[in-house]
Amino acid sequence: MRVLGAVTVVALAAGLVAGLGLAPREVTQGNVQRIMYLHVPSVWVAYLAFAVVFVASIAYLAKRAEAADRLAHASAEVGVVFTGITIATGSIWGKPTWGTWWTWDARLTSVSILFVMYLGYLLLRGMIDDRERGARYAAVLGIVAAFNIPLVHFSVIWWRTLHQPPSLMKPGPAMPRVIITALLVNFVAFSLLYVYFVAKRVHLLRREAEAAA
Amino acid sequence: MWKDLLLEHRSKETLNALFFFALLLLFVFQFTLGPDRERLAGALPGLLWLGFILSGLLGLGRAFVVERENDCWEALLLAPGDKSAIYVGKLAGNLLLMFIVEAMLLVLFGVFFNLDLVPALPALVVVIGLGTVGFAAIGTLFAAMTTQVRARELLFPVLLLPVQVPVLLATVKATEAVLLGEPLGAVAHWLKLLAAADVVYVAVGVLTFDFVLEG
Repeated sequence: MRVLGAVTVVALAAGLVAGLGLAPREVTQGNVQRIMYLHVPSVWVAYLAFAVVFVASIAYLAKRAEAADRLAHASAEVGVVFTGITIATGSIWGKPTWGTWWTWDARLTSVSILFVMYLGYLLLRGMIDDRERGARYAAVLGIVAAFNIPLVHFSVIWWRTLHQPPSLMKPGPAMPRVIITALLVNFVAFSLLYVYFVAKRVHLLRREAEAAA
Repeated sequence: MWKDLLLEHRSKETLNALFFFALLLLFVFQFTLGPDRERLAGALPGLLWLGFILSGLLGLGRAFVVERENDCWEALLLAPGDKSAIYVGKLAGNLLLMFIVEAMLLVLFGVFFNLDLVPALPALVVVIGLGTVGFAAIGTLFAAMTTQVRARELLFPVLLLPVQVPVLLATVKATEAVLLGEPLGAVAHWLKLLAAADVVYVAVGVLTFDFVLEG
């Protein structure tokens, strides 16, 4: 755990250096564009977290291992936090570039729906006193929510869009290698941070369960 | 399921209240929008679905209340055989209830807002049917989950509404197009999305209902 924490700190520092120092200033947007090194890895972590919730939920229903339930719980919490960070950094980025904090653009909408969906998930967990039942219901909701993500995605895209298309997978004129490297460093750093948070939280939840038992 | 329908038929408890509620909704819509016809026409698809959803939330939220109040929840848990049969039965009952309420709302909208819904009716039925199945599929599942939970009246809509966003967007958009007299083909992508959502929701409901009804 200690080692993981230390490695995460180093990786985050490296990400900071890469994003703020090595990466060149973007021509049209200027330094504001550097927020991408925070924004994009946060979304990645959010989706990763919700995927983990999905898998852990299925595992819980199949095996009834409390560890799987704790993993789902921890991952959902971290996922909601990172979704929040995504929305916040996106707003800060949007103000100078789009001229507004918020717009009902497709991707903004779908991420905010994810946010409320998993907030509801945490709310449900908080409302049930019986631990075993809470775990079961939460697992069902975790599965429903995961299946819903693609549906939300498509419906909202057809509804409207104005967001720049995803910049990483785009064919054609690629981004300079430095930018991609800086972004990748941050991806790794944020993923490590995710693993660290979840491990910490799972540990806490286990202690809580032990204390209650 | 027959038991639920029979009960509903005998008591008409939920249906009467929902009908009255739908009527009140129309009043509220009218008060907020004023007499401006143009504005009304623009907002109509949204209002229609707002009415469906609000009455659906009330109706579905009560789906398992009878069992809880009469201490039959244990009986549901102990019921032999496949629990998914209970889910399908409840779903069918809820669907029927929602369809009746929706039909009443449509008539009320037609009368009070002086609309001619008849030409668009066949297409409208398709859209509303698909949307209602999706709404009721998840609604039934969540209703069973929230029945045994603290603050259930609050938690049920809070859980259901975000999950229902795709269905709502699709139905409102499709309803809008249909009311403007466009053929169903023009909204085929929305209908496909709705159909996909229906299949996914019902499948997930059938598969996970076992776990909800465990204790």
